[in-house]
Amino acid sequence: MSVYNQNRGGIIQIIIGTIFFLIVAQLVSLQVVSNKYKLAADNNAIFRKIIYPDRGIIYDRKKRALLENTISYDLVVIPNEAKGVDTAALCAILQIDKAEYSKRIVEAIIKNTRVKAGVFEPFLTPELYAQLNENLYRFPGFSLSERSIRSYPYNTAAHVLGYVAEVDVNFLKKHESEGYEMGDYAGMTGLEKNYETVLMGQRGVKRFLRDNKGKIQGPYEKGEFDTVAIAGKNLYTSVDVQVQQLAEKLLQNKIGSAVAINPKTGGVIAMASSPGYNPNLLTGSKRRKTIGRLLLDTARPIYNRAIKGQYPPGSTFKPLGALIALDEGLITPNFGYNCFGSYGACGDPRKCEHHNAGHAANLQLALAYSCNSYFLQVFRMAIDNPKYASAKGGYVKWKEYMNAFGFGRKLGVDLPSENKANIPDTAQYNKDFGNPRYWNSCYMLTLGIGQDRMTATPLQLANSMAFIANDGYYYTPHFVDSIESETQEEAAQLAPFRKKQKVTKIPKEYFDVIKEGMHDVTVYGTAAFIKVPGHEYCAKTGTAQNPHGKNHSLFVCFAPKDNPKIAVAVIVENAGYGSTWAGPIGGLLMEQYLNDTLTTESQLKADNLAQVDLMPQAIKNWYAQNNKSAYLTPIEYNNDELSDVWDMEMLAEGVVKTKTKDTAPTAPLPNTDKTNKDSLLPNTDKKKKLNP
Amino acid sequence: MSSNYDNNFSKGTDLAVIILYMLMACIGILAIFMVEYNPNSDWATSFISGKTSYSKQFFFLIFCSFVAVFILLVDSKVFTALANILFAGGLLLMLATFVIGKEINGSKSWIPIAGGFNLQPAELCKIFTALALAKFISRPETDFTKLKSHLIAGAMIALPAILSIGQHELGLALVYSAFIFAMYREGLPPFILIVLLSFAILVIATLLIEPTLLAIILSVIAGLILLYLGKRLKRNKQLIVIIVSIWLICVGTVRFAVPYIFNNVFECYQTTRIYSMVGKEYDCGLNQKAAASFVESGKKSRKPDDYNVKQSKIAIGSGGFWGRGFLKGTQTRGKYVPEQNTDFIFTSIGEAFGFVGTFTFLGLYLFFLFRLIRIAERQRSTFSRVYAYSVVGIFFFHIAVNISMTIGLFPVVGIPLPLISYGGSSLLTFTALVFILLRLDADRQMVLR
Repeated sequence: MSVYNQNRGGIIQIIIGTIFFLIVAQLVSLQVVSNKYKLAADNNAIFRKIIYPDRGIIYDRKKRALLENTISYDLVVIPNEAKGVDTAALCAILQIDKAEYSKRIVEAIIKNTRVKAGVFEPFLTPELYAQLNENLYRFPGFSLSERSIRSYPYNTAAHVLGYVAEVDVNFLKKHESEGYEMGDYAGMTGLEKNYETVLMGQRGVKRFLRDNKGKIQGPYEKGEFDTVAIAGKNLYTSVDVQVQQLAEKLLQNKIGSAVAINPKTGGVIAMASSPGYNPNLLTGSKRRKTIGRLLLDTARPIYNRAIKGQYPPGSTFKPLGALIALDEGLITPNFGYNCFGSYGACGDPRKCEHHNAGHAANLQLALAYSCNSYFLQVFRMAIDNPKYASAKGGYVKWKEYMNAFGFGRKLGVDLPSENKANIPDTAQYNKDFGNPRYWNSCYMLTLGIGQDRMTATPLQLANSMAFIANDGYYYTPHFVDSIESETQEEAAQLAPFRKKQKVTKIPKEYFDVIKEGMHDVTVYGTAAFIKVPGHEYCAKTGTAQNPHGKNHSLFVCFAPKDNPKIAVAVIVENAGYGSTWAGPIGGLLMEQYLNDTLTTESQLKADNLAQVDLMPQAIKNWYAQNNKSAYLTPIEYNNDELSDVWDMEMLAEGVVKTKTKDTAPTAPLPNTDKTNKDSLLPNTDKKKKLNP
Repeated sequence: MSSNYDNNFSKGTDLAVIILYMLMACIGILAIFMVEYNPNSDWATSFISGKTSYSKQFFFLIFCSFVAVFILLVDSKVFTALANILFAGGLLLMLATFVIGKEINGSKSWIPIAGGFNLQPAELCKIFTALALAKFISRPETDFTKLKSHLIAGAMIALPAILSIGQHELGLALVYSAFIFAMYREGLPPFILIVLLSFAILVIATLLIEPTLLAIILSVIAGLILLYLGKRLKRNKQLIVIIVSIWLICVGTVRFAVPYIFNNVFECYQTTRIYSMVGKEYDCGLNQKAAASFVESGKKSRKPDDYNVKQSKIAIGSGGFWGRGFLKGTQTRGKYVPEQNTDFIFTSIGEAFGFVGTFTFLGLYLFFLFRLIRIAERQRSTFSRVYAYSVVGIFFFHIAVNISMTIGLFPVVGIPLPLISYGGSSLLTFTALVFILLRLDADRQMVLR
């Protein structure tokens, strides 16, 4: 009877089909097209907790920990869950106001989004921690998160160890694929930076399932996606904590640096730069208070002079100058020069400290008495070597030797931001003096006594001593001898430090002569009054003229003479004679290392030396003006960005010392012969233009 | 069960529907299991203890199987004979809930029965209404081309629907509109369907477009129609009257009726749900009932949000194409979707099995519905056919509305997903609906009156 309506069954099917189609279309858009729901679900239900592994420990050569990890607590907040917080109470505990509270919440949102935990107050003091822990139930969304921070039981080696700090946006950009996140800490300077990948270990991530009330229900997928935190590996260094501490102590109240290397391995025993700072001042909550002051300090306590400071080597260069001439066959150990107190072969006479006849009758004597005339002559012979067509040829060869000795190039120490200092290229002289045909050895005469434009870092000087001590080879200076359970990759990182660097073919007998000469320095020469109890040693003093005022005091040495175990370079800025200040420091460092203790007499000497204040008056004035108490305990820092900041601050405050803005461009013209000759005289105005 | 022993029982019974029924019911138990699963306790123990929803649902299913067998054993004439009495009894039961009813989840529509179980008469009334409607239309004296018959049929449907609204069961009330399928099949003019559809579009447009702008648009449309008809209007003045009155009704609906219903008839949360479906926020301050309760309680009326739908969409969306895997849905495990056992059970399937799962699942449902339509069309008696289409309509309405609300296509109304959602009443109702149809279908060669 309803047959005429039969087609309506079909229409109903079409209607049903259409609605189903609409539903499927919406499902496609929800499940296939859009992925935001997946993220929303994960944000809802998966709680990601990062497990920070302990950073590796850095040990000295006797397995004493130069730094350790201690636990500190941060107050962290998940902004989305911070509802119904008793803000008044929280503000009272932290001693902040409501505006600061809101500001920090906003900061946490910007840094770590609304759903992840962000730091609200880092590095709680134990009292704060106790107070907050008690009241935490009143602050939903807030929690206390553990973090391990560095501590330095020996209060030493700040410049070497470097520091860790929270990563910033630039850092994250540079290390994009390495899994750092906002709020992470990473090594920023020193060994902490250089060995970051080794020390940091591997962060672990634990995922938890969380229900609609924010309660953790248990591990997500039974921990299938969790990664385990792997602790950072320990570093074993060649540093001797006692020598390091002594070096820092002796350099107190002075500007300068000391480096000690074990010539047998290239391992750095001590590296101090003064003024420095106590590394414990840059950890945890103290960091915020200290870092600004360190950056603004005019004495640059953060600057690692040992690898960045550029000093004219002065007389400490002389043994090397002699080695070059010997190897080139220009002189024999018996070569003598008749010096009567000055060198006049290049026009204006150059002063020598000694007048007595025969004080430069042979190489050994010349070294012992540090005769300027002798080594100026030797240098000229090397440059004007008849083997090479021109002075330029001779100079190129001379520079080649210098580079081989480790000067004018980065040695490759395992610290960031090493400076290569300067051994001038012929191009520089060509530019200053015009065509290479126009200049000769007289033009850069004082290079022969370690002045002119030659500069070296304390590390390079110490390394040159290791080179002489080893009779012609050295190992690249380094701190880290080995890494805990070293992988192949890490072994590759350390491989350069384990390879003997033998870049010259100077025969051993020449080294023997040089060593004898340097030994004589310590017997009857310029360092005769400095003794290392129980050991014969070799040394060379230096007193380098410089553009910043009084002469720098330099001392390089190695000991014992016949089986060298330590090579040292010490520089005290603007202090005077090398034998007066740098020498005793070097002697005490060797004594400490070789005897593992100081004699009572030496101890007394060390204490007195530590008290001596050789700070330049300009810096003292700055402290007085800026109402700062005395400089912080010795140690150092090195970060290009930081020193830039420092420079800018200095400029802003108008306390910039004479800087080397005009190093080469305004250097003397070809006919200003006099300027060049003057470089030995204490005419500091001229030298400003020459020495960076 | 061999046909040799009980020829009557299995002969003519549609096996495909039975298989689909069992399949869907099992999927339902599985889905509830996913919701209730707790990795910290042994599922077998908690299953046997009978304390969890999935074990209860399992026992419901066993009970329903007995009911199904019982229905298949009953003479099909019983249904025609008892249709009107059952309908009257159902209505009485619904009325009785106003007196002896128990309130569950804000609706006083449950009658407590033994063993801690509760019965919802409104659910059962769907079956009785279907039978009664079939009985009415199949009467020889009913001419379903007449308006009078339409009105009587409409009244039969409206009665339980109004009672449901009285019990605050808006969802159940809406289900009764599903009978329009059966009525349409039996001769309801398509004109009515079109009018209803237009009205629905008009209401949705009211939500989407500024009332004033919408009124202007409607006026422009009316003007255009008048222009188009031009000369014919001169010949037939009545047309002008019709068009103008339609225009008046439309504008009246837009400007007065819809806002009045939203603000004065619906509860604040209902209007909010409707608005949130089109992505708008409803200001509960406009709602008279919310304002009244505000005066009463003195508390500020809390703004209800669309948390349910949001979490439901997240759950389904996070399933992706392949799904997160059995028991691996984080939304489900974290209990982020409220009422996930019952009204939002689809989310647990969507999250665990992804688009592949939901598509397959919808395919099963579609196959099931088309199978029922095929059964409906092969009936000789009008009674069976009307009843069959009623079943199709009820199933379809439940499926479409329930799934649409979980994926944000329809406002949230509390109606279960047939055979899947947790709940004894609902499972029993759908079982009865299906097996009565199968019983009738087994006797499809007979003409039932």
